[in-house]
Amino acid sequence: MTTVTAAPADDRVGSRSLLSTILARPEVGALIGAIAVALLFFAVAPAFRSIDNIGTILYGSSAIGIMAVGVALLMIGGEFDLSAGVAVTTSGLVAAETAWYFGLNVWVGIFAALVVSLAIGLFNGWLLHITGLPSFLVTLGTFFVLQGVNLAMTRMIAGGVSSSTITDIDGFESARKVFASSFAIGGITIKIPVVYWIVLTILGSLLLLKTKYGNWIFAVGGDSAAARAVGVPVVVTKIALFMGVGFCAWLLGMHLLFEFNTVQSGQGVGNEFIYIISAVIGGCLLTGGYGSVVGASIGALIFGMTQLGITYAGWNPDWFKTFLGVMLIGSVLVNMWVKRKAEGR
Amino acid sequence: MSALEKTVAQERTDQPVLELEECGKSYGNVHALRGVNIKVRQGEVTCVLGDNGAGKSTLIKIVAGLHDYTEGTMKIDGIVRSFNSPRVAQQLGIATVYQDLALAPLMAVWRNFFLGNEVRKGLFLDTDHMKKVCGEELTKMGIVIPDLDRPVGSLSGGQRQVIAIARAVYFGARVIILDEPTAALGVKQSGVVLKYIVKARDAGLGVIFITHNPHHAFLVGNHFIILKLGRVVLDAHRDELTLEQLTGEMAGGQELDELSHELSGVDPGKVVPPAEVDHGAIAAPVIDPEELAEIAEEEQEDK
Repeated sequence: MTTVTAAPADDRVGSRSLLSTILARPEVGALIGAIAVALLFFAVAPAFRSIDNIGTILYGSSAIGIMAVGVALLMIGGEFDLSAGVAVTTSGLVAAETAWYFGLNVWVGIFAALVVSLAIGLFNGWLLHITGLPSFLVTLGTFFVLQGVNLAMTRMIAGGVSSSTITDIDGFESARKVFASSFAIGGITIKIPVVYWIVLTILGSLLLLKTKYGNWIFAVGGDSAAARAVGVPVVVTKIALFMGVGFCAWLLGMHLLFEFNTVQSGQGVGNEFIYIISAVIGGCLLTGGYGSVVGASIGALIFGMTQLGITYAGWNPDWFKTFLGVMLIGSVLVNMWVKRKAEGR
Repeated sequence: MSALEKTVAQERTDQPVLELEECGKSYGNVHALRGVNIKVRQGEVTCVLGDNGAGKSTLIKIVAGLHDYTEGTMKIDGIVRSFNSPRVAQQLGIATVYQDLALAPLMAVWRNFFLGNEVRKGLFLDTDHMKKVCGEELTKMGIVIPDLDRPVGSLSGGQRQVIAIARAVYFGARVIILDEPTAALGVKQSGVVLKYIVKARDAGLGVIFITHNPHHAFLVGNHFIILKLGRVVLDAHRDELTLEQLTGEMAGGQELDELSHELSGVDPGKVVPPAEVDHGAIAAPVIDPEELAEIAEEEQEDK
């Protein structure tokens, strides 16, 4: 077979302009949204313009962003995790109570929390695999189970609704340095979770776009049957993604524990939606197979800016949730519009 | 594939690469496939024909490693094997192009092309190399996609088919299974696919060509197997068969005779002048407008 047909004459698929190539990136909508929100609060809130507050805004964003990275990867892989919010609290409680109850070094507790967090992810992924149920249902179950366990176990062990005091246990100071310290760059105080957030975003993005595992994540989310047919280990990929969320929950849980010295057992409920919304604002499709880690982090940044911007602007903070709802719908519409424009046919 | 396996394969080119002996598959009490004997040799096109529900898909799934067989044996290079995952089948050199193509629609062309066989440079993907190879392989197949970052979902059905086949040929070492590759294509693009089947044969691959079109099969096939209701009803080499016989067997031989007998009375050449067609008539009930107003009022009051 020499040349098959006059194939080069097939000019139906033209090349795209640079602009539309850039606009086709999933995180563009979020970036536009972030700039819009920043400009809005720059205009209405004088305190927002102060350079000192950059650190505060970034810190607020990082508490969401650390989780948003894991959740975004999971969503691109086609699954949800509704237990992500309470899993953070579970992680903090396990670390505190293990160290306190058994009188062990804090680092042992931290390690136990890591094991438990990863195990929760493993359990979610495994249950999803053997039952074949949608992840929405499976993780909704885990969500309630963990919520109950958090409250009941804390009451049993610590006799209240907050974790036992571990400030005087060996290893607390060094753990605090690792998970909840802060430093200053050019007059801006940066708390350590901000660094973790940025590192996670870079690692997550590299994983997604530059490794074969990223290719597998896109594929299992886009069409898991197709992925399996070409030899992608679908089950292992999904379980690993759930465990990734578990890891992020552990990291955030450790920060919260050492930042506030104690964890409230009822915390975290409802946060799972904030993580999911961040990912959606960042361009992740609810159906999987498309999205961006950087976008999810920008989504988290929008949350952080809004949270503080409303306070700085002197508005009633009651409006925060309303603002979020508007933001969510607005950004999804912008994403859709930008995507259609860029793919424009 | 290890180097050892490769040499073994080269020594036995006259031997069938893939051999099914009395192979069968049951789903509970449903026997989807029974007593199938197939030998696939390299450099040959083996056509598997059959109507819908004949067991073609089940056969592919067994060979591709999606399902395990429940009866008989499957031999690769004379060694009895049973696959528990498509990855194992691929490693033994069996590549499959599915009817639904197994492409993820939202992923870029080059990402789909290398899915499951990604090329790395150091820690990360060698994107440039993969795009280059992907572009070259697609050009060989006769399609040019200037932007390999485009999602596969935005391409035409024929282009997607070509991507799937080019991918299987590029990675499939010895046996390539094509599941109805021409079913969704027009005449011209079917021709392209058939030419590529011949090219794969000439390159020394064993091709299993699944189709329900005897004309397409007869253009390229060396060996023909017809499945019906999960059993082999015809197993013949090209020399023993004409296109008419193949078409007849495919349509079910005797069944076709019966059908043509039944249809003999319809006189297909006849043209009937247009005529009034008597439609049934149902008169719509006529309601007095005052009555209607009363009903409406009553409904209002009820609320």
